[in-house]
Amino acid sequence: MTIRPNSSSARRNLVQTIGFSGLTVLAILTVLPIFFVVVYIFVKGISAISLDFLTGFPTDGMRSGGIYPAILGTVILTFGTAIAAVPLGIAASIYLSEYAADNRWTRMIRISIVSLAGIPSVVYGLFGLGVFVLFLGTGTSILAASLTLGIMTLPVVISTAEEAMRAVPQSFRVVSISLGGTKWQTIRRIVIPQSVSGILTGVILGLERAAGETAPILFTGAAFYLPTLPTSAMDETMALPYHLYVISTQVPGMPSSIQFGTALVLLFLVLSLNLLATVIRSRARRRRMW
Amino acid sequence: MNKFAISDLRVTYSDDVEALHGITLEIPANSITVLFGPAGGGKSTLLRTLNRLNDLSDIKSVSGSASLVNQDSSQLDLLDPKLDVIGLRRRVSMVFARPIVLPMTIRENLTYGLTLAGERNPGRLADAVERSLQKSALWDEVKDRLDEPAVSLSGGQQQRLCLARSLALDPEVIMLDEPTSGLDPISTTKVEASLQELKENYTIILVPHSIQQAARTADQAAFLLQGHLIEYTEGKELFLNPHDKRTQDYVEGRFG
Repeated sequence: MTIRPNSSSARRNLVQTIGFSGLTVLAILTVLPIFFVVVYIFVKGISAISLDFLTGFPTDGMRSGGIYPAILGTVILTFGTAIAAVPLGIAASIYLSEYAADNRWTRMIRISIVSLAGIPSVVYGLFGLGVFVLFLGTGTSILAASLTLGIMTLPVVISTAEEAMRAVPQSFRVVSISLGGTKWQTIRRIVIPQSVSGILTGVILGLERAAGETAPILFTGAAFYLPTLPTSAMDETMALPYHLYVISTQVPGMPSSIQFGTALVLLFLVLSLNLLATVIRSRARRRRMW
Repeated sequence: MNKFAISDLRVTYSDDVEALHGITLEIPANSITVLFGPAGGGKSTLLRTLNRLNDLSDIKSVSGSASLVNQDSSQLDLLDPKLDVIGLRRRVSMVFARPIVLPMTIRENLTYGLTLAGERNPGRLADAVERSLQKSALWDEVKDRLDEPAVSLSGGQQQRLCLARSLALDPEVIMLDEPTSGLDPISTTKVEASLQELKENYTIILVPHSIQQAARTADQAAFLLQGHLIEYTEGKELFLNPHDKRTQDYVEGRFG
């Protein structure tokens, strides 16, 4: 058999070029909607943004004034979610990655976590209403809403943190143990420092989702309108996503600039968290020593 | 004086594979004992039994006896489930086949084991860093870059750093599992030279990466084949006049 080089290389190059161009176009297509949404909201909402809008209370049945209570409420709820979800989530991921044997019990835990991630957020809202608000008697409050959002956020935190810890090479653990380290010393001095960026990314992405959710807080702690700021964890609070829902559907004669201005603020908060996650990740990657 | 006394040691993994079928040998202190033979002979399993790294593996059962002989001639039962394995691993340290430097600076790699044990004194830590690097013949090459990441070293330097990291703990025994398998000849020579000096003060157990290395370094050599100890003799005897046909075939390169 004779080998004929170049017999079809022109053709194969053409296929390569077409394939590559096609993939580039598809990649651009995925970016377009995000780009479009951001630009659209920005253009329609930027006119509403002012210091008064960001720091003032709503007036005239929310048809004018600011959205400060909603911004503050979302920040409070995000912190509350972090307090509820992060310690438990990281503890669970350490257990799953470092301690759990591969048996039926562990597999069941994993399946539960994956299932938790798939539950619609409104179901979390009903769960929070039933368990925290009514059964545990917290009433509709920041506490109940934070716990509900925390439970919703747990699976994201657990699975990303576990994945980050598993990515730390096993050989580091063996060396640490062989140098007289205990399991816990190995986790604390090798595994966690080496996976902290992945863990933080998971935490931030989870919180970002929680910050933008309406349904879980709908029955558990979000208020339609409050004339004063919350003073304790047992108070209700306004929150950006719910406020946006309210002013978009429940208030007749609402100026659209306020609606889009509110959406812009929410988008800005969430995208800032996203940017923070990206920065943490890339900084950690530069510092990585393996 | 012996450092280890091993008798009828059997190790079975959880998939019911018996990796060691009754090994009996004594390993003398302050010399280089070479364990060699083809892959799957049980060399690594034997090493990992001696510092209980096997605790991390899927071991189903261990029987027979293995003990570490203390300075006062008393014996430490290595198979005791209640053994202080942390303390044991500081006395019996291990260098692995691939240089596995921890994701830290050179200095932090060297002080890692000591700080795990609670050493905080900066003077003593600095002292341990210099001493261990001197012993592994790495000091002159890295003394000005101790705070650089350990991965910035070449492969040969990394492996000598791993040796230094073991030495920093001031162990009694250093076990090396094919420590030069990924190294160039010059680095290999340096490691072998270090071992010759270190045996004055340490007991060394070496799994060599070649028969040539075994012959170059051995004070006594054990030939392991499929979990059996075929032959164990002093000095170069095993390579010059092997008694067993299988040892002879392996040494002469007829299989392996």
